[in-house]
Amino acid sequence: MTLEVRDLAYAYPDGTQALFGVDLRIARGERVALLGPNGAGKTTLVMHLNGILTAGHGTVRVAGLEVGKETLREIRRRVGLVFQDPDDQLFMPTVREDVAFGPANMGVRGEELDRRVRDALDRVGMLDAIDRPPHHLSFGQRRRVAVATVLAMDPEILVLDEPSSNLDPASRRELAQILRSLDVTVLMVTHDLPYALELCERSLILSGGVIAADGPTRELLADESLLTTHRLELPYGFAVPSPGT
Amino acid sequence: MGAGHHHQLYRAGDTLVHRLPPQCKLVAVAAFAIVVVATPRERFWAFCGYLLLLATVAAIARVPPGHVLRRMVVELPFVLFAFAIPVIGLGERITVWGVSLSVDGLWASWNILAKATLGVIASILLAATTEPRGMLLGAQRLRMPQLLVQIATFMLRYLDVVLDSMRRMRVARESRGFQARDIRQAPILAKSAGALFIRSYERGERVHLAMLSRGYTGSMPILHDISADVRQWLAAGALPLAAAAVLFLT
Ligand SMILES: Nc1ncnc2c1ncn2[C@@H]1O[C@H](COP(=O)(O)OP(=O)(O)O)[C@@H](O)[C@H]1O
Ligand SMILES: [Mg+2]
Repeated sequence: MTLEVRDLAYAYPDGTQALFGVDLRIARGERVALLGPNGAGKTTLVMHLNGILTAGHGTVRVAGLEVGKETLREIRRRVGLVFQDPDDQLFMPTVREDVAFGPANMGVRGEELDRRVRDALDRVGMLDAIDRPPHHLSFGQRRRVAVATVLAMDPEILVLDEPSSNLDPASRRELAQILRSLDVTVLMVTHDLPYALELCERSLILSGGVIAADGPTRELLADESLLTTHRLELPYGFAVPSPGT
Repeated sequence: MGAGHHHQLYRAGDTLVHRLPPQCKLVAVAAFAIVVVATPRERFWAFCGYLLLLATVAAIARVPPGHVLRRMVVELPFVLFAFAIPVIGLGERITVWGVSLSVDGLWASWNILAKATLGVIASILLAATTEPRGMLLGAQRLRMPQLLVQIATFMLRYLDVVLDSMRRMRVARESRGFQARDIRQAPILAKSAGALFIRSYERGERVHLAMLSRGYTGSMPILHDISADVRQWLAAGALPLAAAAVLFLT
């Protein structure tokens, strides 16, 4: 199991209970979508996966290693988190330095570091931008570089928070191609249902702080009453035929 | 680095001065400034010599005089201040074109003007030949406090982001009919500034989380080892050494 979350509950310091006991397992090589309406607790769950938030109750394991104070360093190498706003993720003055930041913190230096940076940028098709400052890139390009910053850490699992938000249709398609071409386990948080259908065989629905459904994306999206119950909606004119009809 | 509007101090080029490691140039400018400040104000010819040295550096770096002159406006407040001193100064007075001036004040204003001008020109030349990013790497090499260097690095990265949200807020205000015409509208501007501060603060928190996620433990990894060899230190040292020579010879 690449990712194993057991009975995870969490309340923010102000008392807001965001997670009420989440259980999920993701196997190596899977691409899974985590669906849920605004405020369902998706981002809160994601922040537990690399120990930014510490579980109030329950456990998170990444490739067998439990998230805890002593394992933080290794956990953060294993879990590559891509934040929703690339301007938060890209904080260094140039693309090269930004992509190098993660592996350099893990002690990689010299030629090996350079190789990792180039390789990661190449995988997202942004090698040409290596010496540019992030704020001169388009939004879609910045998001791709943000993906490269975690790929350079050679993670066990790539976790993306709302990867398709604010992208124009062309950038959205380019990012989908890149994600499909990557040979890593992916957990993709989104409320963009067609994107989940396009990229992920399997989906989870997080609603009210618990996993409310888990199954093939096509089946979940064909179940109209399930979607309505959890405030999820397909875009206008979009329909997923239920399997078997 | 690109041509963002706030990087205009830098002039791209590939001269001896451009190629020197930033830390050498930072030390050279600081040492030059120390020599200038230590020069007694009566040593008129020494100041002329310093100016000649800077002109030589500018020529080697291919920085035209116009580039330097236009950027010297930062000195304007000092100039005004310097002009005021002889008028309001005390002690022995002389009369120039019917205006009574203090002799001591005249010397004081010459002292300020000459030294400030030389310091400003040296800094402009440094900035014209060193990218902002290089300046920070140089400062890091010189073991400037990590925290200061990191703050400056983030400013470099986020200045555009903050300016951009400032611009967006202004457009949003004005497209709803707001125009800053007089003081009564100050509270609205103050509220905008407050909102900008909160946005920037929240961004700071999110950036911090993103850094933690990639293994940040409190110190920036040194990515470029921009080490300087003896030859480069000597080349950069030529400026303050020549200035010191001028000081002793005049
Ligand atoms: N820093 C915080 N402090 C208190 N409550 C929060 C905080 N962040 C999120 N919440 C609350 O936790 C719940 C889940 O939020 P979040 O995980 O951001 O949802 P999602 O990402 O699915 O939209 C929401 O009710 C939200 O208001
Ligand atoms: Mg969210």
